[in-house]
Amino acid sequence: MSVFIIRRLLQSGVVVIIMSFIVFSGVFLIGDPVEILVSDDADQEEREEMIKSMGLDKPFLVQYGIFVSKALKGNLGESFVFNEPALLLILDRMPATMELAVVSLMIAIIFGIPLGVWAGLKPDSWASKSIMTGSILGFSLPTFWVGIMMILLFAVMLGWLPSTGRGDVQVILGMPLSIFSWDGFSHVLMPAVNLALFKLSMVIRLARAGTREVLHQDYIKFAKAKGLQESRIILVHVMKNILIPVVTVLGLEFGGLVAFSVVTETVFAWPGMGKLLIDSIGLLDRPIIVAYLMIIVFLFVFINLVVDILYSILDPRVRLQDVKS
Amino acid sequence: MTATDQDLTEGNKQDAQEFEGLQTPFKRFLSDFCESKLAVLGFLVIVGIVLLAIFAPLLTPTDPYDLTSVTILDSRLAPGEKMMSGTVAYLGTDGAGRDMVSAMIYGLRISLGVGIGSGIIAMLIGISFGLLSAYAGGRIDALFMRIVDIQLSFPAILVALVLLVTLGKGVDKTLIALVVVQWAYYARTIRGTALVERRREYIESAVCLGLSKNRIMFRHLLPNCIAPMIVVGTMQVAHAISLEATLSFLGLGMPQTEPSLGRLISNGFEYILSGKYWISVFPGLALLVTIVSINLVGDRLRDVLNPRLQK
Amino acid sequence: MTQKPTLDVRDLRTYFFTKGGVAKAVDGITFSIAPGKVLGLVGESGSGKTVTGFSILGLVDQPGRVVGGEILYRGEDLNKVSAERMRELRGVNISMIFQDPMMTLNPVLRIDTQMIEAIRAHEKVSKEIARQRARDALGQVGIASPDERLRAYPHQFSGGMRQRVAIAIALLNKPDLIVADEPTTALDVTIQGQILYEVQKLCSQTGTALIWITHDLSVVAGLADQICVMYAGKIVESGEVNAVLDNPMHPYTHGLITSVPSKNKRGAPLSQIPGMAPSLLSLPKGCAFAPRCKWSNSNCQEQPDIRLAPQNRRLLCHNPIEYNNDNIRQETS
Ligand SMILES: Nc1ncnc2c1ncn2[C@@H]1O[C@H](COP(=O)(O)OP(=O)(O)OP(=O)(O)O)[C@@H](O)[C@H]1O
Ligand code: SF4
Ligand SMILES: [Mg+2]
Repeated sequence: MSVFIIRRLLQSGVVVIIMSFIVFSGVFLIGDPVEILVSDDADQEEREEMIKSMGLDKPFLVQYGIFVSKALKGNLGESFVFNEPALLLILDRMPATMELAVVSLMIAIIFGIPLGVWAGLKPDSWASKSIMTGSILGFSLPTFWVGIMMILLFAVMLGWLPSTGRGDVQVILGMPLSIFSWDGFSHVLMPAVNLALFKLSMVIRLARAGTREVLHQDYIKFAKAKGLQESRIILVHVMKNILIPVVTVLGLEFGGLVAFSVVTETVFAWPGMGKLLIDSIGLLDRPIIVAYLMIIVFLFVFINLVVDILYSILDPRVRLQDVKS
Repeated sequence: MTATDQDLTEGNKQDAQEFEGLQTPFKRFLSDFCESKLAVLGFLVIVGIVLLAIFAPLLTPTDPYDLTSVTILDSRLAPGEKMMSGTVAYLGTDGAGRDMVSAMIYGLRISLGVGIGSGIIAMLIGISFGLLSAYAGGRIDALFMRIVDIQLSFPAILVALVLLVTLGKGVDKTLIALVVVQWAYYARTIRGTALVERRREYIESAVCLGLSKNRIMFRHLLPNCIAPMIVVGTMQVAHAISLEATLSFLGLGMPQTEPSLGRLISNGFEYILSGKYWISVFPGLALLVTIVSINLVGDRLRDVLNPRLQK
Repeated sequence: MTQKPTLDVRDLRTYFFTKGGVAKAVDGITFSIAPGKVLGLVGESGSGKTVTGFSILGLVDQPGRVVGGEILYRGEDLNKVSAERMRELRGVNISMIFQDPMMTLNPVLRIDTQMIEAIRAHEKVSKEIARQRARDALGQVGIASPDERLRAYPHQFSGGMRQRVAIAIALLNKPDLIVADEPTTALDVTIQGQILYEVQKLCSQTGTALIWITHDLSVVAGLADQICVMYAGKIVESGEVNAVLDNPMHPYTHGLITSVPSKNKRGAPLSQIPGMAPSLLSLPKGCAFAPRCKWSNSNCQEQPDIRLAPQNRRLLCHNPIEYNNDNIRQETS
């Protein structure tokens, strides 16, 4: 088990290094590094000073080394617009994004699994056909457009829900969160549902496919032959089997939620790091873009690692293989 | 003994006749596909949309790219109002004074073009790498699949976003971004299928017959990979169209001068709060109908072509 | 003989409604089994043995359906009882051991979970007592250090061990009727002997009736009281086991017996039934065995009726083989 974790840790380290190299060469080589790191309204003297201080006259690999050593100290550059360290700015916005992503994930799981299992248990019923058609819709609807339509319907026409911002924020465990106050909740609801729709469709499909596959297995028949209650067969025998793939995929997709929150945050003016990224792209605040990318890379590698470990805990078959290897 | 043999062949004939009742594979595929009314509807809609996009210049009431005829005085007319030129804007006009119907048909053209175009290029690249990977095996395979894995572990939207931030706006750049995002799916799918097919005996016998490797790859492997490619292809085109719209909405991707459906929706977003719904709603519906139709067809194709799911 | 049968199956029909047509997997079979007795159900692959077992437990899945006949368990027609009543009977009164030991246990649940739930689904007992009973049952089927084994997952067991666990689960609630679908095929000979012994003990001590499905005629010969020979969904011959094996009257039974190597016939060449088992979707019009039968004649174009023979035997054939030892010898050489 620990061998497995160490091996995965090493792999993750390699991926981070590769990705940092790609981001670095992408942003620093394809674009003009001076233009990227020097504010547009700087004069010639400031430019040259910047080039020196950044070491842009040095060979590429040396530059990369400097970038990495600075990054390791947590220095990912300073925002032109806010004149603050890019890393701090992003970390400041992170709780909002995380809250949105977690609430979305919850919505996807809480509604997706029962609907998917239901559709898998009764594949020919009218209800499950509607569920499946609905999930195609969920896949097809572009997130941003659904968001706009939600604003049009619930904020502009019906006036039930606010269309922008986070609302009341309470600090819980050191993190500012909206979900625990009514006002905050009303602000979270629309963006979270919006972000969740795609994953909800995915969970429904996974759960349905899993259920259908598991139901045909001999061990389900054997469970029936033991005279178990239908409810126990579904809730224990079927569920436990489909939870493994669903949890794995969902875990991996959490990163996708964070990434896709870029869109939802833009639509609902949700003050998270995704909105910051899009604003920075608009304002050409490039250090923030670089910092965001590095943080996202880190996040993804971290998530993959956690999911792998979680998976090995959930599925006894995987666990044994690793003990052996 | 002979009597028994005869009887057996009798039985086989019966078998064969029953099998003929099951038609040719293509006919069977067609009848299976048509079992879902929704999928057939989706297919018809796609045909209609493609025709609309191809013949856009002939069908639109105005030319939205003709800057001499577009005037700001026409901007944000509600659906059904008359424009300066006297043409009725059935679905209203946008912020720049373009007739929505025309803008949408042209937008559809761009969305569809970018979606299908990137799909085809990505498919070609994916097929090449996938087949190479499956066929070469060993280190090359491991390397390619590692690249694919790493890329697929990052969401498409993010990869495309990064590319467009560094590349800038434009049709060509959007196309590049969409190809980069998609190729890995094709490569992975085709490699998987090819590996299964490769183990089959007929490849072995082809190798024994001394056919060249290329010939084996393209003559023998490719036909068997077609079914999964069609399924992945339809889904990917839908995905690419949606992704392009999203990128355009975020202000990346297509430039303002060549508005795709996503760009049109994005333009309308600023007027949503003041209740001028049509600028966002109608292009969105067009986008939706397009993507849903493609996905309905793709979904059905997957059910029909996937042997594992067949009863 | 006068004892009331535990199970009395009459004219049972289970059909599968597939795209290619209706497969009559079980087509009008009749048999009964008394308490404490063992019934051997034999036949080629695909003859409908497993489907018969599933039909008794009401476990036939789509696209299959029991379309006719009666399954009388202690006088109660299982085709007519409610789903809840059927559930109550399963696992307590009637249990089944499945054919494929690799697939019968849920891979993500521990053995103890899967055993304890089988007890607690029917009885309100504490987990500790249920665990104790599970442990005893594992011991009964010869699994060493049952405490440790209870905490394991199925994939940590070999196929034979899994089958023993499945057998232990079937025995847990001391059922009146066990349907054992080739339970010992995956086991080695010593374990097989031990399981056969345990099962026989259970039958004689508690009066459990046992339906033993197998390909292996020697097991049937040693274990069973009655035998039913199935071919293409029908029972073609049934009766007291020694009578049938010593003196097969149906050409198919005869073929089965002469194709098994045996001590008494050592040196004699093995014969083989020519041809293959027919597809259920395209059965010959008359007797299903006719294309492979050496005794077939024009009568066999008609479906034979059930005939009663001496010693309570039933068979389905127009031209039954009369008892004549020389006759068998001749045919085999
Ligand atoms: N789910 C199903 N769908 C269609 N036909 C089925 C299905 N299950 C069983 N059958 C049909 O029922 C027939 C009998 O199958 P069954 O499993 O009872 O055979 P068996 O005698 O147990 O064979 P074996 O010795 O191989 O286990 C098969 O020939 C098959 O055609
Ligand atoms: S009925 Fe005819 S064909 Fe069938 S087993 Fe008897 S003799 Fe053979
Ligand atoms: Mg069987």
